[in-house]
Amino acid sequence: MKNKKEVDGLMSHTGEWLRSKGMHPDIVMSSRIRLARNMKDIPFPNKAKKKDLYEILSLVEQAANEINYFADSNYFKISELDNVDRQLLVERHLMSHEHATNPDGKALIVSPEEIVSVMVNEEDHLRIQVMHSGFNLDETWDIANTIDNALSEKLSFAYSFHWGYLTSCPTNTGTAIRGSGMLHLPALVMTKQINKVLAAVAKLNFASRGFYGEGTQASGNFYQISNQVSLGHSEQEVIQNINGLIRQIIEQEEQARQALLVQNKPMLEDKIFRSFGVLKAAHIISSQETVELLSMVRLGVDLNVIKDVSREAINELFIMIQPAHLQKFEGKKLTAAERDSKRASVIRQKLGGI
Amino acid sequence: MKCDICDKKATVHLTEIVDDQITEMHLCEDCAREKSVQMEQQFGLADLLAGLSDFGKQVKDVEKVKLKCANCGITYDDFRKFGRLGCSHCYEAFKTHISTLLKKIHGSNQHFGKTPVKMPTDTKKKIEELQELKSQMVKSIQVEDFEKAAELRDKIRKLENEE
Repeated sequence: MKNKKEVDGLMSHTGEWLRSKGMHPDIVMSSRIRLARNMKDIPFPNKAKKKDLYEILSLVEQAANEINYFADSNYFKISELDNVDRQLLVERHLMSHEHATNPDGKALIVSPEEIVSVMVNEEDHLRIQVMHSGFNLDETWDIANTIDNALSEKLSFAYSFHWGYLTSCPTNTGTAIRGSGMLHLPALVMTKQINKVLAAVAKLNFASRGFYGEGTQASGNFYQISNQVSLGHSEQEVIQNINGLIRQIIEQEEQARQALLVQNKPMLEDKIFRSFGVLKAAHIISSQETVELLSMVRLGVDLNVIKDVSREAINELFIMIQPAHLQKFEGKKLTAAERDSKRASVIRQKLGGI
Repeated sequence: MKCDICDKKATVHLTEIVDDQITEMHLCEDCAREKSVQMEQQFGLADLLAGLSDFGKQVKDVEKVKLKCANCGITYDDFRKFGRLGCSHCYEAFKTHISTLLKKIHGSNQHFGKTPVKMPTDTKKKIEELQELKSQMVKSIQVEDFEKAAELRDKIRKLENEE
């Protein structure tokens, strides 16, 4: 692994999960698998003393350095990064907001294409995350499984005969797997069916979250659907269940899109082109407005209404318009007002605006 | 549309589903940010877990407080307050309660799935055998072959008690 004290090396590209590859990349932006693992005998991070945290860091660093997969990965000690750099890693979905606050004794491993990231000493000693573009949970799981096996050859994981992998929070015990799909569902939102879908998701014991992290069901018509049950079903079963649910939601979104086209094509096209127009012309724009408009343009690309922009470019913009990214592009700290104008300029540049 | 909290323009539209109750909120960017922090705190699960862990009432409150993990030092009461265990040994220290709690959260208290690579071979074999027997038992119950299921159950018990 390469030790890094800044994130500048990440600025020349974005993550593979934005590439719009794999199955159904229109509706399923990306697939994600997360595994939680802990070392036997050493207290979990919330209870660990400083020396425990550093012991974990050194155990993990040593193990990862012996694993081929991580040879070209970047290794960040969070306390060595400045605030903007930490925030950038959160914006890239490589680590949680929680991991950026109280950075002492925490680290992050990031693979070159940003497919794999490992948070060290977040809520659990290890949080292995694998992200892939499109509807691709099976391959995503294969990678997560391979990395987990490689790590578990070198580290002694806390594991119980009855309860599987032992985690800090009992909601993760067992397989300690969380699988999810990041779904873009503008038509279900526009046809006001989304609440029915979300209620069904909740009833089936799945969770739905927003694009920008836990706790919000914010905008952009993105919904991250994940399993909640981690004990009593094998990893494969969990993934099959999520796959089944996502397939159904894809079908519903496709039907809603068709219905919109049949009933109201001119109005839909107008909404899409107006959104595209504002994004290409605006000189000051908030993140919230951007995300709403990008969602419409993304739908326009899916429906082949907008032909001169790639879905990948739109996907990238969802990440590039966030505060830490804008400040890294500008090379200095920006006030909220300055960010709104920098954001507009980044968008115009990407979309070939006025 | 105005923000539900202040008078600014609402740009974030939030749908919260608790059980079957759907509530909608319309917020401005500032209030939404504040709200999202509040929600993250609420989703800390501590309250929820505390509520759930009281489900099994076999042990009186006074006894629960006394339960303590010898490895990391947290008490059962600490766990109830914060919703997080202190180390992997806590699972053994609070075994009865954790077992009830896991069943309540996941609908099961038996792991099916992978095992770590680094593990004594005989333990690993035993786990795999146990998982196979349990999965066979579930299948037998599904096809209503209760005689076979009972036989498998006894085998499972025997194997579990060898631990």
